[in-house]
Amino acid sequence: MLLKITFTQQRRVRLAQGLWLMSWLAVMSGAFIFCLGVYLKTELLRRAEVMDNTEIHVVPNILMMVGLVSIGTNWVATRVCQDSLDASRFPRWKLLLMAWFTVAVLLCCLLLAVVVLSYALQGRLEESLKVGLRNGIRFYKDTDVPGRCFQKETIDRLQMEFRCCGNNNFKDWFEVQWVSNRYLDFTSKDVKDRIRSNVDGRYLLDGVPFSCCNPASPRPCLQYHLTDNSAHYSYDYQAEELNLYSRGCRQALTDYYMEMMNSTGPGVLSVILIQMSVLVSLRYLQTAVEGATALEDPEGESVGYLLEKGVKETFEDVKANVLNILKFAQVDPSAAEGSPGAEDAEKPADNTTEKAASPTPSPAS
Amino acid sequence: MALLPVKFDLKKRVKLAQTVWFMYWFAVLAGVLVLSMGLFFKIELRKRSELMDNNESHFLPNLLILMGLIACSINVFGGKVCYDSLDPEKFAKWKPMLKTYLVFCVGFNALLLVTALLCFLMRIPMQFTLAEGLRNGMRYYKDTDTPGRCYMKRTLDLMQIEFHCCGNDNYRDWFEIQWVSNRYLDFSSKEVRDRIGSNVDGQYLMDGVPFSCCNPSSPRPCIQAQMTNNSAHYSYDHYTEDLNVWKRGCRDALLSYYGGMMSTIGALVILVTMLEAGVTVGMQYVHSSLSNLANPEDPESESEGWLLEKTVKETFTDIMDKMKSMGKGSKVEEGEAAVETVS
Repeated sequence: MLLKITFTQQRRVRLAQGLWLMSWLAVMSGAFIFCLGVYLKTELLRRAEVMDNTEIHVVPNILMMVGLVSIGTNWVATRVCQDSLDASRFPRWKLLLMAWFTVAVLLCCLLLAVVVLSYALQGRLEESLKVGLRNGIRFYKDTDVPGRCFQKETIDRLQMEFRCCGNNNFKDWFEVQWVSNRYLDFTSKDVKDRIRSNVDGRYLLDGVPFSCCNPASPRPCLQYHLTDNSAHYSYDYQAEELNLYSRGCRQALTDYYMEMMNSTGPGVLSVILIQMSVLVSLRYLQTAVEGATALEDPEGESVGYLLEKGVKETFEDVKANVLNILKFAQVDPSAAEGSPGAEDAEKPADNTTEKAASPTPSPAS
Repeated sequence: MALLPVKFDLKKRVKLAQTVWFMYWFAVLAGVLVLSMGLFFKIELRKRSELMDNNESHFLPNLLILMGLIACSINVFGGKVCYDSLDPEKFAKWKPMLKTYLVFCVGFNALLLVTALLCFLMRIPMQFTLAEGLRNGMRYYKDTDTPGRCYMKRTLDLMQIEFHCCGNDNYRDWFEIQWVSNRYLDFSSKEVRDRIGSNVDGQYLMDGVPFSCCNPSSPRPCIQAQMTNNSAHYSYDHYTEDLNVWKRGCRDALLSYYGGMMSTIGALVILVTMLEAGVTVGMQYVHSSLSNLANPEDPESESEGWLLEKTVKETFTDIMDKMKSMGKGSKVEEGEAAVETVS
C-alpha cells in the first residue's frame, strides 16, 4: 500500500467536511480560471486587427475550457463528500470516481501545459504582430478603401495608447507612403521629385504621423523633415530623444501581453495545487470509507491509502487491463466461436478492474 | 392622538427588530459607499488640480467623506441597539440614549439631503474654476524650462488627447497665445521677425495648434500648421474641414466629465438619504413599541408603536413651548439674581 493512514470515524468525518469546503474552494478557483481565460481572450481580440494569426488564442481557449470542466468536476466532488458518510448512498459513486480521478489529473496537466505554452508562444506572437503591424502601416493611407478605412484610426490610437511608433522604431514610417494620393498635389515640384526618387513611384518622406509624438518632449513636436538638421532651429537628429516615442509597437505589444500572461502564472499554479490536494484527499476518503463499510463495525478504524499496491505493480495491472481490452476488441470482430472464449477472457479482466477500482483491505496488510 | 400608530405583539416586534437590523447593515454599506465616492471625487480633483484655478474648493468631497464616516458610525450603533432590542435587559441600558439618537438621525438626514443638493449646484463654481485654470494652462504651455510649470505641456497634451478636446472654447484659442518657446525660435529668420512684429506684445503667434489637438478619425494626415491658409495645403478648405482637429473645447469636455460625476454622486446620496430615513422610521417604531408595553412586567405583552406621540401640530407646539420655557427659565434666573443683589 502506498502512503497509508489510519482513520477513525471522527477523522473520516473531519476529512469529509474539510474536503467539502476545499471542493467548494476548487469550484471558485475553476470559476477564476474561466474568468481569466475570458479576460485574456477579450484583450487579444481587442487588438486582433494588428495580429496576423490567432495561434496565441490557444492559451485563453484552454483556460476557459479547463475552468468550465473544473467547475463541474469539483461540484461532483462536493456531492461525493456529502454522500460519503452515508453508507447507503456512497456505493453508487464507485464507478464514477475512477473517471473523476482521470479527469482531475488531466485538468492539472492541461493547466501546466498552459503555463508552459504562455512562455513558448512568445515567438509566434511576435511574428504575428510583426506581420500585422507591417500591414497596418502599409494600409495607413487607405482611408477610402472599404475594409481598410479604419487602419489609420487603429494605428493612431494604438501608437498613442501604447506610446510606441512604427514596427521596430519610427524609421519604419520613412519606408512607406502613408499620405494618401488624394492629398498630394501632383503638379508640385516637391511631390514629383519624391515620387521619381524611388523605383515604385511612392511618395516617401522622412516624416511620421502625429500619433508618434511624445507629449513629454519640452519642444513642440517635430514630425516632418526629421533627418534634416537645418530644417529646424537648434535641432540635432542624432541627439533628439524625447521628440517621438522611441519604442516600436511590436515590442510594446509583446511586452504588454507577456506581462499579462506572466502575472497569471502564480494564480494558475495555486489552482493546480488546490486541485491536486482535492484529488489526494478524495482518494483517501474513498479508500477509508470503503474500508469502513467492509468492516463488521462500520464506525471503527479503517485504513486509507493512495494506491493498493506499489506504483510498479499498479502500473503493471493497468497495462495488463488495457492490453486485455485491446485484445478483446481485436478478437471480437474476427469470429463467433471466439465469443465464448472472449467472454471467459472478459470475466477475469472485469475482476481485476473491479479489484483495482475498489480494493478491500486484505488481512495480510 | 399618535401619528401612524401600529399595534405590535411579540412576534411582530421581533420581526420588526430583525428587519430594521438588516436594513441597518445595508445602511452601513451605503455609508461606506458615500465615503468611497467622496474619496474618489477628491482624487479626481487632485489629479487635474493643475488645470484648475489655485483656490478650487475641496469642500464637497470633504463633506462627503465626513458624512460617510458619520453615517457608518450611527448605523453601526443603530444596528447594535436593534440587535439588543430583543433582550429586555440589554435594551434597558440603551433606552435613555435613544431619544437623542433619533433626533440626531433626523438632523443627519436633513444634512444628507443638503449635501445631495450641493452636488448638483457645484457645477456653477466649477465652470469658472476650469475656465480660469485652462486659460493659465495654455499660457504656460511653452514654459517647459520654468520650474513649477515644466509639466504643464505634458499635462495639457495628455488631457487634450484623453478628453478629445482642443483649447478652451475651441481650437482658435491656440492662435491667440504663443505656445512655442523662444528657445526654439530662430530670431534671425525673417518669418519669425515678421510674426513678432505683427502684434503689440511681441509674441510669436501662429495659426497652428499642438499635435494633441489632432483627431485620429480624420481620413487625412493631421494639418497642424497654417490652418487658416487654404492654399498652403492641397485640397483643403478650413471652413468645411470637420475631422482634422477636435472641435470641442476642453472647458466643455471637463465640465461635462465632472458634472456627470457629481450628478451621479448626487443621485446616489439621495438614495442613501431615503434609506437612512427608512431606518430612522424603523428605529422609532422599535423604540416606541418597546417603551409602552401594555403590561410593563411581561415582555411578551402587546404594545403600540407610533411615529410621533402626538400629532405633528401638537409636537411642534410642544417643542416651541419647551424652547420658550428654556429661554424664560434663564431670564427668570437672571431676574432673581438681580432682585437678590438689589435687596
